[in-house]
Amino acid sequence: MELIINLLINGLATGMLIFLLAAGLTLIFGLMDVLNFAHGGLFAWGAFSGVWFYGLTNSFTIAIIGAILTGAVLGFITEKIIIKPVYGNHIQQILITLGFMIVLSEMLKVVFGPNQIAAKTPPLLSGSWEIGDVIIIKYRLFIIVVGFLVFGVFQFILKRTKIGLIVRAGVMNKEMVQALGINIKQVFLYVFMVGAALAALGGALMAPYSGVVYAEMGMEFAILAFIVVVIGGMGSFPGSLLAAILVGLAGSFMAYYVPALSLAVNMMLMAIVLIFRPQGLFTAKG
Amino acid sequence: MMSILLKVENVQTHIGQYHILQGVSFEAKEGQVSVLLGRNGAGKTTTLKTIMGLTPATSGTIHFQDKEITKQATHHIASSGIGYVPEDQGIFGALTVEENLKVAMRKEDDAALARQEYVLELFPDLKKYWKKDGGHLSGGQKQMLSMARAFINDSKLLLIDEPSKGLAPVVIEKVMEAIVEMKKQTTIILVEQNFIMASRIGDTYTLIDDGETVRSGQMSELVQNEELKRQYLGIG
Repeated sequence: MELIINLLINGLATGMLIFLLAAGLTLIFGLMDVLNFAHGGLFAWGAFSGVWFYGLTNSFTIAIIGAILTGAVLGFITEKIIIKPVYGNHIQQILITLGFMIVLSEMLKVVFGPNQIAAKTPPLLSGSWEIGDVIIIKYRLFIIVVGFLVFGVFQFILKRTKIGLIVRAGVMNKEMVQALGINIKQVFLYVFMVGAALAALGGALMAPYSGVVYAEMGMEFAILAFIVVVIGGMGSFPGSLLAAILVGLAGSFMAYYVPALSLAVNMMLMAIVLIFRPQGLFTAKG
Repeated sequence: MMSILLKVENVQTHIGQYHILQGVSFEAKEGQVSVLLGRNGAGKTTTLKTIMGLTPATSGTIHFQDKEITKQATHHIASSGIGYVPEDQGIFGALTVEENLKVAMRKEDDAALARQEYVLELFPDLKKYWKKDGGHLSGGQKQMLSMARAFINDSKLLLIDEPSKGLAPVVIEKVMEAIVEMKKQTTIILVEQNFIMASRIGDTYTLIDDGETVRSGQMSELVQNEELKRQYLGIG
């Protein structure tokens, strides 16, 4: 039983980190119809800036805020310079964002050096609780709580606020939203910045979880995030949460029981969903 | 003498490689229903989309309340006081009736809430299905919601594209009554294939053929001109 609980917690924690990356991606794709392959780069920048701010201030709260702001600023620059000229053209989006992903990764090496950097877990979140035979690692539980909290806050914003309504309406029919007098381009920019900030938050939380940060980590996680977006349904926030948890749990259990299949399980999961529900588990379109 | 609210002069619009509008001109006078008539594919819907800036004009000018709006962004045009009811109604299917109206409401002040009350009186079905998703409404209810949404911001001008399309006769009658009622408070440009409906509620007409204005005038004149109806509308 304790093994199952540990695998569950591991899977949920990994799932939540993927969710933070995928949530921004699904909003950006759903609303803006933009395939942003540079999203993983923003995740990696979040991880590095989190480690840097933590080293500088010794405050994990400041590290998280710093990473979020870094993500938002990079999101602003990315949307204005990289994405804006290629709206409506998927091929160009894929090429330019893949290229920018490499630029972001290489820039990390220029700024922080080419080697891996160790990431420390803050003392308050270090260690574990033992409940009977079950060992619960504090930091993993923290990630799960933050993940659900972010989901709750964003669900509230999307469902209960005017800006949330506009974003949901924009996912369904951009042209009509403009015809109602709403500057959809400005909404695009804000959504892009929020998506980038979420990715950076995911990166900042990932750093102490994995213990090291490295420039290529963005690409590795971006692939998982794309799988999650496809499984959850393009543009669906709850879909991303459910799919991220599924991917996290599948990875965790497979890594223990059938290690040889642990990398393939996500692809298998995506293939099964695509066969039976090509639109994904949820759909945001009306 | 009624003042001119919207003036479209020799507007040309290209969509991709296609030259859709090749010289559309007409005026909409305050308080009137101006009907755009013509065969399928004549350019009526593109004319409305061009006014809204959704398919911007490549040449010609559009003036609204004496200000040129030809090159303005769609959201600026809408904010200046033009409401748009597209041919497909443009309902946000996963949002409720309430949310569809809320998205449209630019200011949630007393005046806007009063207008909301007014449209709910005009379309009681919307009140009945207040919490129902827009995607689950009938065709007629979607049309009513789309018209209510365009009206809720104190629009000086409403562009309504084929409101009778695909609706049962009894529903068409309701929609017509609503347009007549709305006309008391705003100016309307209507695209309509159903000539009986158009002639009953229209004050003026503009005939568009192959992307060009061929004739404009009083609706009462067109009703009596069998030759024009036969030539450009295939009726009579």
